[in-house]
Amino acid sequence: MIETFIFYMYATILVASAVMVISARNPVHSVLFLILCFFNAAGLFVLLGAEFLAMVLVVVYVGAVAVLFLFVVMMLDINLARAREGMMAYLPTGAVVGLVLLAELVVVFSNWGFAPHIAAEVQAPMAAYAHLTNTDALGHLLYTRYVYLFQISGLLLLVAMVGTILLTLRRRPGVRKQTIADQVARSSRSVEVRKVPTGGGV
Amino acid sequence: MTLDLVPVLPELLVVAAAVAVLMWGVFVQRDTTRDGFVIAIVAMVAAIVALGAIGGDRRLAFDGLFVLDRFAVFTKIMILLAAIFTASMSVDFLEREKIGRFEYPALVLFATLGMMLMVSSNSFLSLYLGLELQSLSLYVLAAYHRDSTRAVEAGLKYFVLGALASGLLLYGISLVYGFAGTTAFGPLAQLLGSGGATAKIGVIIGLVFVMAGLAFKISAVPFHMWTPDVYEGAPTPVTAFFSSAPKVAAMALFMRVLEGPFVHLFVEWRQVVVALSIASMVVGSFAAISQSNIKRLMAYSAIGHVGFALVGLAAGGAIGVQAVLVYLSIYLVMVVGTFAVILSMRRKGAMVERLDDLAGLGKTSPMLAFVMGVLMFSMAGIPPMAGFWGKFYVFMAAVQRGLWPLAIIGVLTSVVAAFYYLRIVKIMYFDEPVDGLDRVLGRPVALVMAVATVGVLALTFIPGPLLAGAKTAAMALFPAAG
Amino acid sequence: MEAWQIEYLPILVFMGIAGAIAVIAVTASWLAARQKPYAQKTSAYECGFDAFGDARSKFDVRFYLVAILFIVFDLEVAFLFPWAVALGKIGLFGFWSMMAFLGVLTIGFIYEWRKGALEWE
Repeated sequence: MIETFIFYMYATILVASAVMVISARNPVHSVLFLILCFFNAAGLFVLLGAEFLAMVLVVVYVGAVAVLFLFVVMMLDINLARAREGMMAYLPTGAVVGLVLLAELVVVFSNWGFAPHIAAEVQAPMAAYAHLTNTDALGHLLYTRYVYLFQISGLLLLVAMVGTILLTLRRRPGVRKQTIADQVARSSRSVEVRKVPTGGGV
Repeated sequence: MTLDLVPVLPELLVVAAAVAVLMWGVFVQRDTTRDGFVIAIVAMVAAIVALGAIGGDRRLAFDGLFVLDRFAVFTKIMILLAAIFTASMSVDFLEREKIGRFEYPALVLFATLGMMLMVSSNSFLSLYLGLELQSLSLYVLAAYHRDSTRAVEAGLKYFVLGALASGLLLYGISLVYGFAGTTAFGPLAQLLGSGGATAKIGVIIGLVFVMAGLAFKISAVPFHMWTPDVYEGAPTPVTAFFSSAPKVAAMALFMRVLEGPFVHLFVEWRQVVVALSIASMVVGSFAAISQSNIKRLMAYSAIGHVGFALVGLAAGGAIGVQAVLVYLSIYLVMVVGTFAVILSMRRKGAMVERLDDLAGLGKTSPMLAFVMGVLMFSMAGIPPMAGFWGKFYVFMAAVQRGLWPLAIIGVLTSVVAAFYYLRIVKIMYFDEPVDGLDRVLGRPVALVMAVATVGVLALTFIPGPLLAGAKTAAMALFPAAG
Repeated sequence: MEAWQIEYLPILVFMGIAGAIAVIAVTASWLAARQKPYAQKTSAYECGFDAFGDARSKFDVRFYLVAILFIVFDLEVAFLFPWAVALGKIGLFGFWSMMAFLGVLTIGFIYEWRKGALEWE
């Protein structure tokens, strides 16, 4: 009972804030609603039993991705009034496409069926690991059985790093940077202590 | 748990080279672009040798996530060759335009690695990660010339639409997984073959989403919107790379997915492939006519060629796959050669890329005009050029599998397409010469041009080895039949 | 509801209390305080002038660079959690697979360090 209640609470807030993400006038508000979305999705993940995913959603998406979105929104400095100009013109077309998609979805979901063994899998996703916690079970699989995928993810992150630096890092001429090694290597001789006579100056 | 690294040896070589290029670049205090290219090309040649040494018997690795069979070996060699040729053409261009940076060869290596993983994927998980590795590197390469507004625009467009396509693909994969309960190709084929009828409608919806995502990557109409802008905006060597290796990889992936896990849904996916094919052939042929920029023209030409290749896929079966592989190999040779010519279109030290700039080329630089002429005749599919044989095999495959109408549309559109290829020949030989193009030709570009011309002529007169190779590669996708 | 999900109950209660306090604070001040807004009172207090422009100003692209590099390493750390939990049972293989992953990212780290992406000019 309480589980159902919690589910509907999270689901309602999730959908409502998702609507707000695309309809908020101020893009910064959109990002904040997106963060609310992430939190509620994390709640749903916990209900589903995917604890680790829930935590990663909070750490990575709320902690990092949303901040990145904020930066981008701030950086682009979009003029909203102008961005919204064409909206009314496209609205009828968009609405028609949306309605067609909705009708298709209704047709599909009224005829769907799962493969027979799926129902069993949903109950205990990994029979052999059922007694473990979620994070533990992931750890058992990710680094051994799925090592290939794990290493490709590492390479993907490397490409992301190289790409970002290649596209955004610029050398600015004439900027004096702090070189810590030079500072540390400075010997005591480069500083001289002098006695300054009163009223004499150096 | 033990690890069999032999099947992935070529990939490991490519990774090692990419890392070496990056490290060499940051630790050596001079411009290392050229060194980077040398490392990259040596590693890719080594990867081809390794592929030959490992051989083609079907081997699984990493718990069935990765498969190396004759199909993978064949397509990987094609991808590596395309990458080697386009990379070697890039060196001079980058140095002349003063945009050489050592990340370029590293990104080419990463993209190539992604493509190699794509064609070797045996599960939707490895498919997706390989595809992303390739796409991410290509997005960066498209925007590589970051001080050019057009290049950045191209990169951004490619990225936004590419991310959307990845989203569609991922959504399709999740639907398939949700309804079938597995992402591995083998079990999926079994499940769908055993008539898991209850799961079918959901799986079909997933299949359509997956196909939409993949159709974007091969730029089949109606998922082609990005192609002309990206081809025009990206630096020319990048465009050459885009139109060669990734096309082969994505087409190969398309074949592996449709003829692998979804082979029992043939009737369902064939309609989609036929639609994509007809649309691509028509748009590719008609839209190219009004183009005046040669890179845009090549974009529409690529769309058209994808349409022709899809005719073979629509035919299906080993014969269809063989036809597609033959078509792609010939296309690869032609497109690499054409871009070598485009790269040498320079006037007073600056790149020119309008069709009119070719006017009178037959008088000002006869060799260049001859090469371009051979390639254009081949692209148009004029018998007996290699391009004709490529088209011949896909249409024959379609006819044999009862797709008469598709073959007829293909022939009609290739007649239309012949118009704009031959128009280039006409401009070169019969129009009044404008100031001649610069007669400096970098050695690598000249070499690629020569290889492509010889390749086209060789494939014209002795297509036998290619046909045999494509046949064994195609049979590898159908272990039961062979 | 399973046992481990009960462990999350305090968080739920906490969120409930946080929400309740927010709602109470707003409604209480709305109900209890006297409010007589008019144009001058609600206008921005900025030395008597209306605000000239948007409060949002353009950010430098370098913030974005730092943020995205942070995300990359954040994800890397996310991969470390299950590894740390399961390390005892996945043996040497699991250990070395993480070392290879970290090795690749160390390459990336060296790259960005030498490129000067970590320096703030």
